[in-house]
Amino acid sequence: MAANGHSGGGPAHAVGSEIVMKLWRGDESGGGFEEYRIPAQEGEVVLDVVHRIQATQAPDLAVRWNCKAGKCGSCSAEINGHPRLMCMTRMSTLPPGEITVSPMRAFPVMRDLVTDVSYNFEVAKQIPAFTPPLKPAEGYRMAQVDIDRGQEFHKCIECFLCQNVCHVIRDHEENKPRYAGPRFFVRLAELEMHPLDTLDRRAYISERMGIGLCNITKCCTEVCPEEIHITDNAIIPLKERVVDSRYDPIAWLGRKIRGRPVPTSAAEAARHTGAAATEARGNRSGAAPAEAASAGGSGDAADA
Amino acid sequence: MPTDHETHDYDVVIIGAGGAGLRAAIESLAKGARTALVCKSLLGKAHTVMAEGGVAAAMGNVWQEDNWQVHFRDTMRGGKMLNNWRMAQLHAQESPDRVYELEDWGALFDRTPDGRILQRDFGGHRYARLAHVGDRTGLELIRTLQHRAVSLGVDVYMECKIVKLVRGADGAVNGAVGFWRQNGQFVTFSAKAVVLATGGIGKTWKFTSNSWESTGDGHALALWAGADMIDMECVQFHPTGMVWPPSARGLLVTEGVRGDGGVLKNLDGERFMFKYISPYFAAETADTIEEGDKWYTNKSDYRRPPELLPRDEVARAINSEVKAGRGSPHGGVFLDIASRRSAEEIRRRLPSMYHQFKQLADVDITTDAMEVGPTCHYAMGGVRVEADTAATTVPGLFAAGEVAGGMHGANRLGGNSLSDLLVFGRRAGAGAADYALGLGKGSPLDEGAVGAVTNHALSFLRAEGESPYDVHEDLQETMQNLVGIIRTGSELLRALEELATLDDRAAKVAAKGGRSFNPGWHMALDLESMLACARCTTLGAIERRESRGGHTREDYPKPDPELEKVNMVARVRDDEISVTSEAKPVMPAELRQLFEEAT
Repeated sequence: MAANGHSGGGPAHAVGSEIVMKLWRGDESGGGFEEYRIPAQEGEVVLDVVHRIQATQAPDLAVRWNCKAGKCGSCSAEINGHPRLMCMTRMSTLPPGEITVSPMRAFPVMRDLVTDVSYNFEVAKQIPAFTPPLKPAEGYRMAQVDIDRGQEFHKCIECFLCQNVCHVIRDHEENKPRYAGPRFFVRLAELEMHPLDTLDRRAYISERMGIGLCNITKCCTEVCPEEIHITDNAIIPLKERVVDSRYDPIAWLGRKIRGRPVPTSAAEAARHTGAAATEARGNRSGAAPAEAASAGGSGDAADA
Repeated sequence: MPTDHETHDYDVVIIGAGGAGLRAAIESLAKGARTALVCKSLLGKAHTVMAEGGVAAAMGNVWQEDNWQVHFRDTMRGGKMLNNWRMAQLHAQESPDRVYELEDWGALFDRTPDGRILQRDFGGHRYARLAHVGDRTGLELIRTLQHRAVSLGVDVYMECKIVKLVRGADGAVNGAVGFWRQNGQFVTFSAKAVVLATGGIGKTWKFTSNSWESTGDGHALALWAGADMIDMECVQFHPTGMVWPPSARGLLVTEGVRGDGGVLKNLDGERFMFKYISPYFAAETADTIEEGDKWYTNKSDYRRPPELLPRDEVARAINSEVKAGRGSPHGGVFLDIASRRSAEEIRRRLPSMYHQFKQLADVDITTDAMEVGPTCHYAMGGVRVEADTAATTVPGLFAAGEVAGGMHGANRLGGNSLSDLLVFGRRAGAGAADYALGLGKGSPLDEGAVGAVTNHALSFLRAEGESPYDVHEDLQETMQNLVGIIRTGSELLRALEELATLDDRAAKVAAKGGRSFNPGWHMALDLESMLACARCTTLGAIERRESRGGHTREDYPKPDPELEKVNMVARVRDDEISVTSEAKPVMPAELRQLFEEAT
C-alpha cells in the first residue's frame, strides 16, 4: 500500500517536527476536513495523534476505538484515502506532508470519523447458525490440519474494512439488501468448511447472500489487517460450491431428507451424521485435500 | 406518566457484552427470560477480545494427572488464599464443560495430535491447562458467544452507556438509565433483574493494558446502588506489557510467551527470576536453569521455571531489577523467545505478538528480545457476590466476570479470567433469570430518580470549566505514582487527598460540544466511575496492612495470617465511601485438606 511508500531521508513525522493532520468533521448533513497542527512524538500511530488532538484541541471529536492493538477492529478509517486501522498505522510509515483521516465511505456517517455500521450486524443476524451433529460420548475430535483453514477465517476482527472497499456496496448502496459482503462470505466459508457443521447453506449463499455479485477484484483481501486470503480461500471456494455441477435444488432437498433423519439414539445419530458429512464433503468440488481428510476424520470420530 | 426518553421493558437486562455478559445472556434466554444486552461499544469489541493466552480448564487432555482439585489448589494458592473458596471450587469444577460447550457452538481450539483440545502452560498452573487458539483465544471466545447469542435472538443495545441503576420502593434494583452515545438521547430499561458484566477499572492507571471502556462503570453502579465491594486494593499488574514505543506502553504481551518457553533476562543477560523464588513457591519451582528447561517436556520429574511463577511475583521481580539499574534501555527487562524456539514455531504459536511487535515497535520477536515491564491489567476485587447465583448484596442485582470480586483472591492466575467469564457468566444469567421469573410483576421505574440522573448527566454539557481529559490524565498520574505496584502508607494517604481534589475538579468539568457522539461528555461521566473505584482501591490499600498477591505494601512487606481471613469491604453509607474489614467465608475441612496433603 502507498502508505508504506515513503523512502529516503529520515523518517517522516519524526519527533520535533509538526504534524499537519486534516480530520473529517461533520455529520449526516455534511461536513469537511479541518486542519490540526500538533508536535510529533516518538513512535506514534495515527490513533495516538487523533487522541492527542481530541484531548487538547477538539474535545468532542468523535472516533471509535477500543484495544489500540489491532485486535478489536474498532478504529477503521481512511488514512490518506487508504482504508486502515488507525491503531496499527505508524506515523513513520506515512509519507511526509499533511495527513488526511476520513470515515469509511461505504457506511453512513454518524459524526466525524464514526460511521453507522449497523448493516453488518443486520447481515450477521441472518446467517444460519453452526449446526453440529449429535455429540459422541467421548466428545468431538478434529485434526489440526482440518481446522487450519477455519482458524484463518476465525482471525477476522470485524473491522469491516473489506466491506468498506467492496465496490458492490461502496458505490451501490442499493445492493446492500441483497448482498452480504466479504466479511460475511468469510463467515459463511468458516461455517461451510467447519469439520463438524452439517448444514448446507449453498442455496442460501447464492440466493440470499448474493455471492454472484462479487467479481473477485480482491480489494477486500488487500485491505484485510489480519491478512486473511478472503478472495482465494473464502469467496472463490464458496462460488465453486454454489455453481457445483452437482448442485441441483431437488437433489439437494433429497439429500437433506435422506441424510438427516430424526435420530432415535445417539449411536444412530452419530452413524448418520458421519455418513452425511462424508457424502456432503465428497460431493463438493474445489474441496481441498484437507477437507477430504476431514470427512474421514469426523467419520472416525462419530464411529469411535 | 409521559416521558421524554425511550423506554424498554425486560425480565433481565445485562450490562456489558464481553464474555461474561454474552454467556449470561445465552443462559438467561435459555431459561425463557426476556433478555436485553446493553454495551458501551459495538458488539464483539469488548475487552475479552484482547485476551490472548487461553482459557484455563482442567480437562486433562495433555496431562491426565490434572483435575479440578489441582486447578482449585493452584487458583487458591495463586490468589494467596484470599479467594472465595466456593467460587474457586465451582470455577475449577465447571470450566471444562464451559470450554467443551464453546466447541459445540463452533469454536476451533488448537488440537492435540489425537484431535482433542490442546492445552498450554501458563504461570501458576501445575499442568498445561490453557485451551487456546494461538494467542488470540479471547477473540475466539467472544466471537463464538456472539454468534450463539445472536442466533438465539438476543436484543442487543450497542453504544449505550448506563449512568445509574434505579431501585424500587422495596430497595431492589428494577432498572437502569443510560444514553445512546450516537445521539446523546436518554433511554431507560425496566428490568426485574440486572446483571453487571462491565469488566475492569484499568483506565484509572496511566500504564495499562485496558481499553477505554475499562472505567469501572459496573463497580460504581453497584456501589451507588448500595452493594458491597470487596478487596478493591487487589489490582493485578501484569508483568509483561510493552514499554516501547511510548504510545504502545502498557499493551499486553501474553504470558503465553513464557508458557511456550520464553525467558526473562536483565541488562546483563542474566535469567534473574531464579533470584526471586519466594519461600511460598520454593517447593514447586525449579532452582536451576537445567531443571526449569526440562520441565517443559517432563512435568513429573521436574519443577517449573520461575518465569512461570504467578504474575504478582514476576511483576515485583521485574520492578526490582529495573529499580536496581539492571533494566533494558527503555525501562523494562528483556523477554526472549527468539533464542529458545524456532522462528516457525514462534510465528505459529504467537502470531499476534509477532504482528504487534513488528508493526508497533519494529522488533522481530523471532530474532530479537522484547522489552517488557509491568502494566495495570486486572481488578481482582469487585462486587461481592453469592458464589452459586452471582447475586450481589442488593436484591435484583447480579454480577459476573471482572466486575465481581472474590474468585481470584489477591492475584489472578493467567487463563482463569476467560474461564471465570464462562462459569460465572452462565451462573449469573441463570441466577438473574430465575430471580426475575420468580418475581411476577415488576415495579414501575421511579421517574423522579430517572429525571435526576438525566439532569445530572446533562449538567456537564456547559461552556465554562476544565477539560475532562485533563482531570483523567491527572487521576491516572496519581494512581500510577501513589497507588501503583508498590505502595506505602504515607503515599496512600496523599492519594486520598489528591482524590478529594480530583473529585471537586471532576464535578466542575465542561464537556464542550453537543450531545451527539461526544467523547468529552462520555469522559466526564466515566470519570465519576473511575474516581469511585480509585477511592475504594485506595481505602482498601490503606486498611490492608500487609503484602498479599497484587497488593504490596513497602511498609508491611509480609502477609499477615489474620488478614487472610478478611475481605476489605467498601460500601456507600450516607453518601460516603467507607471500608471495613469483615470475615470471609471459611473453607470446609475436606477442601482445606487439599493444601495440607500437597505442601
